[in-house]
Amino acid sequence: MTALPETTERKLGLVIDLDTCVGCHACVIACKGWNTENYGAPLADADAYGADPVGAFLNRVHSFEVEPDSGPAQLFHMPKSCLHCEDAPCVTVCPTGASFKRVEDGIVLVNESDCIGCGLCAWACPYGAREMDPVEKVMKKCTLCVDRIYNENLPEEDREPACVRTCPAGARHFGDLGDPDSAVSQLVEARGGVDLMPEQGTKPVNKYLPPRPRDADIDVLAPYLEPVDAQPKGFLGWLDRALERI
Amino acid sequence: MHPAVSIILFTTLSGMGFGLLAFLGVGIPRVEGWVAAVFFAIGFALAGGGLLFSSLHLGHPERALKAFTQWRTSWLSREAWASVATLGVVGVFAAALVVFGVRIAPLGWLGAAGCIATVYVTSMIYASLRSVPRWHHWSTSALFLAYSASGGALLAGQRWPAVAVLVVTGVGQFLAWRAGDARYAACGSTVGSATGLGHLGRVRLFEPPHTGDSYLTREMVFVVARKHARKLRSIALLLAVVLPVGLLLLPAFHHLGAAVAVLSHLAGVLCVRWLFFAEAEHVVGLYYGRRPA
Repeated sequence: MTALPETTERKLGLVIDLDTCVGCHACVIACKGWNTENYGAPLADADAYGADPVGAFLNRVHSFEVEPDSGPAQLFHMPKSCLHCEDAPCVTVCPTGASFKRVEDGIVLVNESDCIGCGLCAWACPYGAREMDPVEKVMKKCTLCVDRIYNENLPEEDREPACVRTCPAGARHFGDLGDPDSAVSQLVEARGGVDLMPEQGTKPVNKYLPPRPRDADIDVLAPYLEPVDAQPKGFLGWLDRALERI
Repeated sequence: MHPAVSIILFTTLSGMGFGLLAFLGVGIPRVEGWVAAVFFAIGFALAGGGLLFSSLHLGHPERALKAFTQWRTSWLSREAWASVATLGVVGVFAAALVVFGVRIAPLGWLGAAGCIATVYVTSMIYASLRSVPRWHHWSTSALFLAYSASGGALLAGQRWPAVAVLVVTGVGQFLAWRAGDARYAACGSTVGSATGLGHLGRVRLFEPPHTGDSYLTREMVFVVARKHARKLRSIALLLAVVLPVGLLLLPAFHHLGAAVAVLSHLAGVLCVRWLFFAEAEHVVGLYYGRRPA
């Protein structure tokens, strides 16, 4: 049923640290790999070695440059996947009931055997989190690796989404954002985690940690540090004094 | 948004068809027998044909019946119900009128109301999407209804009502384009809010996530030929409104003129609908370096 649940027992989601992500795209590849080989239709590529390749991905990394009013520009890498919104517009538009939000953990999923491939859910999502599979013609989206996180056949350390498990920088965190005492909620609290496009009214569960202030802040002791090379010595010092006298 | 031929044909043809069926339902013109049969056949061909075109848009049309299940939340599901129920009611009305010569007036009125409801529900599929600011407004529904009424009046051969509705539609469309151009900027979504980095300075896409196209860029970050939008708007209004009104105002008005007016209107509305999709900016474009115009 595509009516959204009033509340969910848990709010499983991701916390992504924009200060830590190095933009290696390992999460993109890990996601594509796991979700091609496991639950649901494989994430297909069409014309993969041809002139016009196109493929379905559930997670992509965008890179943004931010230019402050003063100082040098900074570069941030932003992995983006389904935000498992509390008020998910993609779910309510689905005409068949294929899209749904789970009451037990808040994960937004697609029942692929009910999907007619109309694409309306992808239109409704402001984040571009859903992509039509070019071969199976059903809508694909992040499942939060629902076939890993509860999978007792996997070692316990692997029971988290493939993107989180693979991230070499530790920029991705997985947990229950509905529990204020969980590690992810504490992290969001401490770092001032934000929603993407809050004005779209989707109430995303996933949070993004903004970069910590840096470069702009000057150390309080800086004024007391004498410049070490203010006066050149030796030949350069003589040249400096000689030129000064001319 | 990608202007898919299937949805342009669907919204245009079914809009005109339901418009004609609404006029026939209330007995304008008051036709009977073979003339009625021809009028209803045109109405059903347009409305039903348009719906068939919409199924071409589906990845799995064989599962289309499942689309009747979620009418509580989904405008697309409501569209399925409204169109089938309306075609059913109008079908019974038409059969009684054509085959038995009996005009069941209340059924006709119910059918006409169903036609209006169906066009409104179709428009809400688009108007309900907050992610496409240009569509997310009551004027989207108003214009879908206005074009349906224009096409219906033309097809029903109602000279003066057609002139009146066409003029109102043309003015409405002009105002809606003007208002729509400002709506993206007013929705508040910027690349700053999309990345959560806006408080740090000016945000610019440095590197897209993929070098080629993706489903997202093809479907929702459509920009081809938008540079001709202004010319196309003029051509669309000329064909959809100005030329038909001119033909209707000719002193010697006959069937050939009416036919040309209908075809011109059809071509104009197809152009309007192409623009409706091609000009609509999806906020996901912010992640691909597209800014509000």
